[in-house]
Amino acid sequence: MNKATLQRRPLVKKILEGANENLLVIAGLGSSNWDITEAGDRPLNMPLWGAMGAPVGMGLGLAMAQPAKRVLVITGDGDMLMSLGSLATVATQQLENLAIVVLDNEKFGETGNQATHTSPRNNGPTDSGAGTDLALIAKGCGIADASVVRDAGEVPQLVNDVRFKKGPVFRVVKVMVEKLEFVMPPQDGAHLKDRFRQALLGHP
Amino acid sequence: MNAETRADWRDQIFDVLQAHDIRQVYHVPDAGHSRLIEHCQRSNSIRTVPLTTEEEGIALAAGAWLGGQRSVLLMQSSGVGNTINLMGLTKTLRFPFLTLITMRGDWGEFNSWQYPMGQGTPKVLEAMGVLLYSVDKADDVKATVDAAARAAFNGGQAVAVLLRQKLIGIKDFGKK
Repeated sequence: MNKATLQRRPLVKKILEGANENLLVIAGLGSSNWDITEAGDRPLNMPLWGAMGAPVGMGLGLAMAQPAKRVLVITGDGDMLMSLGSLATVATQQLENLAIVVLDNEKFGETGNQATHTSPRNNGPTDSGAGTDLALIAKGCGIADASVVRDAGEVPQLVNDVRFKKGPVFRVVKVMVEKLEFVMPPQDGAHLKDRFRQALLGHP
Repeated sequence: MNAETRADWRDQIFDVLQAHDIRQVYHVPDAGHSRLIEHCQRSNSIRTVPLTTEEEGIALAAGAWLGGQRSVLLMQSSGVGNTINLMGLTKTLRFPFLTLITMRGDWGEFNSWQYPMGQGTPKVLEAMGVLLYSVDKADDVKATVDAAARAAFNGGQAVAVLLRQKLIGIKDFGKK
């Protein structure tokens, strides 16, 4: 049972609107990757095609290396569940330039929409999760500014928070389960890394 | 303390990391690395990050490199297994990666639980395409870590230095 009303693609488009050289984006594998790519592929996007569990750590390493830039990690609930400990690691550094957005559709989308642990309990034999609250986990790890967004009316504030508010910022956004077109960026990891560094540092 | 006069290999590693402009150091608590970790924590030029599990270090290293900084992951052989899946990232992104590994289950180890991962460490790292440098003499540590850092950051490789239990010592665990 997913009562979410927000759609991930228009949401991500709003979050990334006006992205310039000051915004560095890392997206987790699968849907989050396609989402940021549909919003507009750019060299300062690092869309992952694998490395599940890596985006938050990668965002942390990047944010430490580039304190003057905003680092935004966009990923899904399945990916976030795989690296819950990294939220405690993020909390040890308290970086003002790091924001994490988890697009939570309560499903493992890439493998056929099986329930993740964020799905409600007692939701039938094949769709039950644990009702895991990722924002509460983030808060418990030491990221004080962590919350859940559910309504369209909260989106402008969400966009402002993840783009500009003093971090670390952690937002879970409950999004609908949708069947969406794959919008793919280049796949070669070395190319994605080199174009990112070229755009950021002026050399690969 | 003058770098030229440092006698202890753990102090020498710190000097080598500084010489190679390492700016981020990731670690889990480790008796073998504890003195080096404390050097890094006191340094003004190095950001030291404690991890909840070793695999986070691979992701952090990739992020640091994307942002133009060099890093090193300090771990024990018992944590190497945790990193293997994400170690693939060093190949797919082709970024320089350096890890210094204190060995357990290696030389006179008293704890039988350390042997499986300790003995498996070189094999699984090799399976993931990581270059291995091994050192068991204090006099060789500085040159070995320096060569490993060059292979990583000049040669673009993923490199692990195995600090053998023979070097670290069996009786000294838990002491600084």
